[in-house]
Amino acid sequence: MTSEQATAKAAAPAVSKQGRRLPPEVSILLVLIGIALIYEVLGWIFVGQSFLMNQQRLTIIILQVSVIGIIAVGVTQVIITGGIDLSSGSVVGMTAMIAASFAQASTWARPVYPSLTDLPFIVPLIVGLGIGLLAGIVNGALIAQTKIPPFIATLGMMVSARGVAKWYTKGSPVSGLTDQFNFIGTGIWPVVVFLVVAFIFHIALRYTRYGKFTYAIGANVQAARVSGINVERHLIKVYAIAGVLAGLAGIVTAARAQTAQSGMGVTYELDAIAAAVIGGTSLTGGVGRITGTVIGAIILGVMISGFTFLRVDAYYQEIIKGVIIVAAVVVDVYRQKKRKV
Amino acid sequence: MAVSPTTMAAVRASGAVPNAEYLLNVENIRKEFPGVLALDDVSFRLKRGTVHALMGENGAGKSTLMKILAGIYVPDQGEVFLKGLPIRLKSPLDALENGIAMIHQELNLMPFMTVAENIWIRREPKNMFGFVDHGKMFTMTAELFKRLNIALDPEAQVRDLSVANRQMVEIAKAVSYESDVLIMDEPTSALTEREVAHLFEIIRSLRSQGIGIVYITHKMNELFEIADEFSVFRDGRYIGTHASTDVTRDDIIKMMVGREITQMFPKETVPIGDVVLSVKDLALKNVFSGVSFDVRAGEILGIAGLVGSGRSNVAETIFGVTPATTGSMTINGKPVAIASPNQAIQHGMAFITEDRKETGCLLILDVLENMQIAVLQDRFVKFGFVSEKGIAAACKVMSDKLRVKTPNLQERVENLSGGNQQKVLIGRWLLTNPKILILDEPTRGIDVGAKAEIHRLVSELAKQGVAVIMISSEMPEVLGMSDRIMVMHEGRVTGFLDREEATQVKVMELASK
Repeated sequence: MTSEQATAKAAAPAVSKQGRRLPPEVSILLVLIGIALIYEVLGWIFVGQSFLMNQQRLTIIILQVSVIGIIAVGVTQVIITGGIDLSSGSVVGMTAMIAASFAQASTWARPVYPSLTDLPFIVPLIVGLGIGLLAGIVNGALIAQTKIPPFIATLGMMVSARGVAKWYTKGSPVSGLTDQFNFIGTGIWPVVVFLVVAFIFHIALRYTRYGKFTYAIGANVQAARVSGINVERHLIKVYAIAGVLAGLAGIVTAARAQTAQSGMGVTYELDAIAAAVIGGTSLTGGVGRITGTVIGAIILGVMISGFTFLRVDAYYQEIIKGVIIVAAVVVDVYRQKKRKV
Repeated sequence: MAVSPTTMAAVRASGAVPNAEYLLNVENIRKEFPGVLALDDVSFRLKRGTVHALMGENGAGKSTLMKILAGIYVPDQGEVFLKGLPIRLKSPLDALENGIAMIHQELNLMPFMTVAENIWIRREPKNMFGFVDHGKMFTMTAELFKRLNIALDPEAQVRDLSVANRQMVEIAKAVSYESDVLIMDEPTSALTEREVAHLFEIIRSLRSQGIGIVYITHKMNELFEIADEFSVFRDGRYIGTHASTDVTRDDIIKMMVGREITQMFPKETVPIGDVVLSVKDLALKNVFSGVSFDVRAGEILGIAGLVGSGRSNVAETIFGVTPATTGSMTINGKPVAIASPNQAIQHGMAFITEDRKETGCLLILDVLENMQIAVLQDRFVKFGFVSEKGIAAACKVMSDKLRVKTPNLQERVENLSGGNQQKVLIGRWLLTNPKILILDEPTRGIDVGAKAEIHRLVSELAKQGVAVIMISSEMPEVLGMSDRIMVMHEGRVTGFLDREEATQVKVMELASK
């Protein structure tokens, strides 16, 4: 009888008198602080040192979070429309390979394109973003025009894009990249890219028509269509943006590693979805914010780093990570339910 | 001390239940939701073998009471007696096993299962191997249908059935539990006249078998036709119970709203202007064909007809939701081709759809987000950025003008009552300054007070020169509001009636021609 209970809303005088709600990010932020403090205490007890008072550790956390975070910003928008994008990890691998092949130095012995070496950074950047854009448009067009479920469309892209990444050099890595290209992966630059991307799309979702329509489609696609929104065109836009951001993440990944391999980005899509969901994005659509996703990504990063810090076995780490992702969704479901009555 | 439902069920099975005068007796019930007192000291009694109507505006507390009776909500205070014995129902299943069945407004059937499977779910007859005995199940269903005079194939899949037939399945399911109490929540809201007549036949036969029926409705004429008694609720309080033969329509309305509504359908006579929208030979393959009409500025064109006659489809086609297969339209004399709602909006059209929840409201979003979404197509946006202050101010003005009851514009629309949700949707479209307004069942499931306000508003818009097309199943509404009525039957236009000549009988004649 759960369906009845789900539809059983307070059928009553209806207008509740509650004041303005606290932004949902506050509770997520509290979770992050809570986790960090738990590690701090456990650190002093078991390891004899501070978890937070270690700038090097914090830098590593934020660096590791950046790539997942860039992807998650795109994935969040897809999930807000009520969709899902499983292809981003593979798109990272594909764009890393292709972009890197346009960023090789002439000093390298066996470049992919011997006549196209020492190109300025703008060339691999545009190639990488373009490849990501293309993948995203294919995803979006498939979903909007053929009406197949986003899960299936992006699952197909996930498999095919990984295939492209392997086929491109028949499996061998692309190395000997120019310093110019590698620069974007050095120091704090990946973090800067992440934060700039997050800021842009935070603004886009909250203050532009693009954002309003994205939420409307996720809340009720039929009503959105009747209200004059060109739903098909909008969905293509959203998936295209997610594709471009996955492409950008691919470039950053290759630059950080100073090489590209076809296996790059495996399961990144799942981490990105997890970051969005932990950050309060609802898989049923219509709900979610970039700020939440940023915090969600940091929670994931802190968790992993904390496990390593406490010398938890890597196998346990994965097991616990899975539990935490599910727990985040359970909490979200309860929160939604409470709001309904 | 309340008897536990399981004990009660056992007592009931033993046949030792006292033959109390009242099947169901509710005393001093109180139920509070966060921020809302839904029921305040409410009492209610259901006599054996009667139909008892619950009346009241939306938000009066009828639905909450009914959900307490059906075990969905547990009351904060007060007691429920089933045949004189106190009982505490903890779940819908509890209620069902104690002989209280509820037929929901949103039907809860599984579309990909057969009729019989839906009825006997959880209680399927088993064969000697413990597998479901489908043959026996179908026979049992056929017997049940025979008893209820329902002509349905037990092996049909529910998704292939009409709304009316699904309702029959729900009723049969409730009866199959040998229920003593049947709760019906606006069962006729999606039925045609013929189907309603059949439903009433079934209700009468159940009543004569001693079953008590709690019947929730907004329709006054049904009350007089089917109910023996009725109770009125207002703002979560119990107002009174009367025999339906003792009162007039106006008495009831007075009890429901606590004030007199002198005029329910106030279409003012206004000068009718030039033709704004002209539709010629419009057709949608296999749905309707040959639809032609004009609507003038200041005119309200009513579209009447039974559910399924193609009325809503015509509206959807004009608005570009389902583009026409053939036919043409002109707006202000200029030919237009409309292939999407977006294009319709560009031509100054607005469309308030029949189904608020499915195609209207963005339920999980707030009032502001719901109101602004159509107008953002071409106003309040600069370089893609929304003018937050401008749109918020415009929505505030609109929501005040329409008297939307909401604490603020940040309230989620799902927390508003049906009437206020409808006002939000009307606000959404009025912000676009439409020249042509299409309303599909604008007052369905809305309480009397809000209904009158919406009628006044539509009349006001016509006065300002808007061309209005209004589809409605409610005869008094169509007759009271329309300057002209177009009647449809099975995808064809069967006639037009002017305001002066239109009567209920004439409309019905055309609607079944």
